Amino acid sequence: MGVPAANAALLLLTDSRLPAGGHGHSGGAEAAVSSGVVRDLTTLAAFLRGRLAASGRVAACLAAAACALGTAGPAAAGRPDEDHPAGWAGLDAEADARTASPAQREASRVQGRLLLRTARRIWPSPVLDELARAVPSGAHHPVALGAAAGAAGCAPGEAALAAAYAALTGPATAAVRLLGLDPVAVHRLLADLAPDLERIASAAAAPPDLAAASTWAGLPAHAAPALDLLAERHLRAELRLFVS
Amino acid sequence: MGAGHDDHHHSPDPHGRALRLGIGGPVGSGKTALTAALCRALGETLRLAVVTNDIYTTEDADFLRKAGVLDPERIAAVQTGCCPHTAIRDDIAANLDAVESLEERFGPLDLVIVESGGDNLTATFSRGLADRQIFVLDVSGGDKVPRKGGPGVTAADLLVVNKIDLAPMVGADLTVMSRDAAAVREGRPVLFTSVRQEPEAHAVAEWVLGVVHAWAREAGRDHGPQPGHESGHESGREPVPSTAPRPATTAAPPPGR
Amino acid sequence: MTPAAPLPRPGPAAASRTGSAAAAARRSMTARAVLATTLGPGGRTVLSTMRSAPPITLRRTGPDRVHLVSTAAGPLGGDDLALDIEVAPGTTLDVRSVASTLVLPGPGPAESLMTVTARVGAGASLRFAPEPAVLAAGCRHRATVRLELAAGARVFWREEFVFGRYGEAPGRCRSRFDATVDGRPLLRQEFTLGDPAVDTSPAVYGDARCAGSTLIAGFPGSPAGDGRERRGAAGICRTGEAVVGDGWAVLPLAGPGILVSALAPDAVVLRRRLERGESEAIPAVASPVA
Repeated sequence: MGVPAANAALLLLTDSRLPAGGHGHSGGAEAAVSSGVVRDLTTLAAFLRGRLAASGRVAACLAAAACALGTAGPAAAGRPDEDHPAGWAGLDAEADARTASPAQREASRVQGRLLLRTARRIWPSPVLDELARAVPSGAHHPVALGAAAGAAGCAPGEAALAAAYAALTGPATAAVRLLGLDPVAVHRLLADLAPDLERIASAAAAPPDLAAASTWAGLPAHAAPALDLLAERHLRAELRLFVS
Repeated sequence: MGAGHDDHHHSPDPHGRALRLGIGGPVGSGKTALTAALCRALGETLRLAVVTNDIYTTEDADFLRKAGVLDPERIAAVQTGCCPHTAIRDDIAANLDAVESLEERFGPLDLVIVESGGDNLTATFSRGLADRQIFVLDVSGGDKVPRKGGPGVTAADLLVVNKIDLAPMVGADLTVMSRDAAAVREGRPVLFTSVRQEPEAHAVAEWVLGVVHAWAREAGRDHGPQPGHESGHESGREPVPSTAPRPATTAAPPPGR
Repeated sequence: MTPAAPLPRPGPAAASRTGSAAAAARRSMTARAVLATTLGPGGRTVLSTMRSAPPITLRRTGPDRVHLVSTAAGPLGGDDLALDIEVAPGTTLDVRSVASTLVLPGPGPAESLMTVTARVGAGASLRFAPEPAVLAAGCRHRATVRLELAAGARVFWREEFVFGRYGEAPGRCRSRFDATVDGRPLLRQEFTLGDPAVDTSPAVYGDARCAGSTLIAGFPGSPAGDGRERRGAAGICRTGEAVVGDGWAVLPLAGPGILVSALAPDAVVLRRRLERGESEAIPAVASPVA
């Protein structure tokens, strides 16, 4: 038996039908629509491009690191040792430090918790149990996604691709629902971003020792200040169809 | 009626959790009013918590909190991103999370009500989320709705037809609704009510109490069949307990006024 | 309060487009400035080290206050500038600049580098609030800040970027900010500029022409991090709760700190929004008795 060219579990992980609570989150799209900055295909395309370049890139890198940490063995992830002094809590803290907005931290943790709940039933693994134990309030979504990808047999690059993709599909679907956009046209926008997705995923998987805390400190940390403002504004909105 | 508390304390529920009751139905049929009624009627008897799924922020949760029928802390709101049916059927993760958080904070509980956001006639609860479900219709949707059926009308453990006080005004024939519902529901119960006129919805509350007790009994007796119950049913589809009002008697619509 | 020394005159960086021509004339520079305090008798702060070289010169303007003075244009492409700050435990330091920094392209393709490293000891306090960096057309700039805080250190750190001079498209910039408290990450954020498709995204800067943020940590009343008690600033913030206004937000971080973040059409509005958020975050900090 040869090594598969790609892991089919990646499809399950990124499928919007994965029952992990993703449908309730718009990734800032609802607030962007409410405030008028996203109102048609053109503005949605710009929104998605920026979201991918900032939040998507950071999520991809964290997911790749989580995947590497999880597959480095439960000892590395759960019980910190000299080579891996930080474990899951350390990687989760790196996600915290890259998420200034409390609203975005909360949304990320809720989605991470729901994803982990689902993943632990689909791909039972001591690594995922350790993650749930190490971050009881719910790991950040990219960390949970990377860990789940690892448990499902994916490589860090695949985990990164899944995370970057997830950064796009939530807001894209939400915009279709909120603005009544042509769903085919919106999928065309996603297809246009495919090369960026691949580039970001490759770069995220490139660092040599992704399981090491010393690597995590230097991972990308691109800010999206407008997204932070939108996320906080969303929480205070009277009418709110999506959690975030 | 208060026996449930002690039973639970002395012999913890082997289900390990409260009964989860889904309340679904079209927009405006009175799901929130019914939830409030159940809280009023059962809040003293059962240890309760509620999860709402309103599409608009936390309006249903706020309504319940303002109604003062339950400790506001015991009401959690889940946003469903324009898709209330997804949140109760296809992707129940957020609702499960809310239910379990409530159980963790306030448990042990006897009953957690999950109120769906208003949706269409095809919306039903996943068995992974709700152990039992009530589907709420109202007469103003027309008396043909039960005949048309749909998963909610046919398969819910209890069908509630609400706002019967409006029947004369909207020209709905309750006898027709009762007959049609019985035809598609294969003996599962139907109750007619007007929560506005009867704010504790006694008949529905009694049915709920029955299923909660049956749930506890089932837990207490391992998996053996219950006396008076037909055997051969899987636990998730247990027949209505004998304590529940029978449709034939309670479904009798008031004479046309 | 000791009267402050008279402010130095604005350096060339305060100047306008004429700076570009002047800048193009000079060679690239490598310079390292060092600034350190020690605790003197009676708990006074002593500026024990103050070493600098063009294009950035340090000038003491108060007992514990130092101004950065540009004594040559730039930074411009090819420059490699560094500033090391050490605030000893129990001491206080206030770093400002005389004028905004105009970041310009150099003669070649090399980036301009500006690296600030600051260590703040326990019970020490650092305020670092220079005037904005204006990212002129064609510049290729890389700004790096490494801020290491001891537990119980206080910091007020403001960064402002202006996307090009008036009516001008900005050059490229990559700014990285890393703050740790007692070795644990508090805030890591990068601002990048130079890809218009990303820069103008409604998720990134939208139609703003300036972006800025202020990190506040260790001040009385500032939060102890997610889930812990926090005394509300003017009763507005609760634990872990943000305040959001028009183009600005006060964001309590997961760790012990607050980030004030703002976007604006121009530098004046940016400063006003940041100051509004800063005063919301900690009323006392907005009007410091320096």
